[in-house]
Amino acid sequence: MTRLLVHAVGGPCLVQDAGRPAHAAIGVGVSGAADRASYALANRLLGNAPGAAVLEVALGGLEVEATGLAWACVTGAPAPLAVDGRPEPTGAVLALRPGQRLCLGVPASGLRSYLAVRGGVDLPPLLGSRARDTLAGLGPEPVRAGDSLAVGREVAGEMLVDAVPPATYDERPVLRVVRGPRADWVADADRLVAQAWRVGAASDRVGLRLEGAPFTAAPGKGELASEGALRGAIQVPPGGGPVVFGPDHPVTGGYPVVGVVIDADTDRLAQLRPGEELRFRWV
Amino acid sequence: MRLLRYGDRGLLVEVADTAAVVAVAELVRSHPLAAELVADVVPGARTVLLVARPGVPVARLSDVAPDERAVAGAMAQPRRQVRGENPTRIPVRYDGPDLAAVAALTGLSERGVVAAHTGTPWRVAFGGFAPGFAYLVGGDPRLRVPRRDEPRTRVPSGSVGLAGEFSGVYPRPSPGGWQLIGHTDLPLWDLDRDPPALLGAGATVVFVEVR
Repeated sequence: MTRLLVHAVGGPCLVQDAGRPAHAAIGVGVSGAADRASYALANRLLGNAPGAAVLEVALGGLEVEATGLAWACVTGAPAPLAVDGRPEPTGAVLALRPGQRLCLGVPASGLRSYLAVRGGVDLPPLLGSRARDTLAGLGPEPVRAGDSLAVGREVAGEMLVDAVPPATYDERPVLRVVRGPRADWVADADRLVAQAWRVGAASDRVGLRLEGAPFTAAPGKGELASEGALRGAIQVPPGGGPVVFGPDHPVTGGYPVVGVVIDADTDRLAQLRPGEELRFRWV
Repeated sequence: MRLLRYGDRGLLVEVADTAAVVAVAELVRSHPLAAELVADVVPGARTVLLVARPGVPVARLSDVAPDERAVAGAMAQPRRQVRGENPTRIPVRYDGPDLAAVAALTGLSERGVVAAHTGTPWRVAFGGFAPGFAYLVGGDPRLRVPRRDEPRTRVPSGSVGLAGEFSGVYPRPSPGGWQLIGHTDLPLWDLDRDPPALLGAGATVVFVEVR
């Protein structure tokens, strides 16, 4: 069976798939690929089954060697690729021959690239998923240099498309947001759309910490009882600096949600780097 | 009861108390359209978040949200044993570091706290703090105590605690602010078990003292 030998890891490298929905009642969140569209595209290009596991690579730096013939593809953040030193594009199906090494450099824009192989990365699933949930500590351990990953057999069909254009990311994106169920718990919910926010350094898969002029709590509201959360929900903790929940968000949260980014725009959140700016607009 | 929009995939059903939360969650899960429309049901302390399946317009979630009469009807029914299962029995050694504090707060003796905790069945209301953690409700109302003023930075796995209307067992070591009255050796979360969580939605729990 073909394996991928991991020779180097740069930023965090995690096994991800479509996640494990429907386990909130036992305290297990959905997790899964942060940029779901790029994840799904990689599997589609390779003819993989829709839930096949891939590697989610933040800021490149990954170097893998195939022990047998492997078909691979990188989507998401357009990391410069090289196979045995020869440049290759993202969004294209690549053949890795036995012993060949694929290297991902640091992408010029975006944050997370998805390296998929035909057949998927094969590791034991937990509750039907191979996704690494970084908050709960569930699923495969983060990938490290020296790991050897088996290539699976999760194939759904032929490879029909050779390549798609590499992803591009606009600067200062404007994301669509629905007024949140607890928008009245802050005195100034429109502050969300009235200013540009900067992505804080402590941002991760649990949430993006946004820096800007903070919200002011509405008077006399007290303490909110814990309630269910979703990716894209924008929580305002007592300090007033909002957190936008990512794929590994807690299942329930106790701070008011002033807005919820619409589902289709949460993939864009996954490609924002610390220091980048974004805006919101109500829909 | 209020229905609050939660983005373009969620609907938050807000109710009066945790007993109504349990009723709403069960009514939604057993609704004939649930499999078609609902990706997940996330109970909280006063709310139930309904999550639409991909491609399902969020407005359709109101089709599965019960009305007040249905919730009141479900709450008036005698408590059903979930799927015919027996209650989950959790053996507890009542030697927690906050047992004396809980006795002082409740006006009960330490033995009285143990008797109250073991004397009434509890029920899983919701999860969410950590994998396998279940917020248990329906126990003896005399056991309502506030959280500790100073949360502990590390609560050992298996610790049995009280906070507000809830009791719960920490499935793994974590920070925590609950009043700890005892501990159990029964694993609440075991990856070699299917399902890994000992306590599923709506399960009934009876604490049993061991010495």
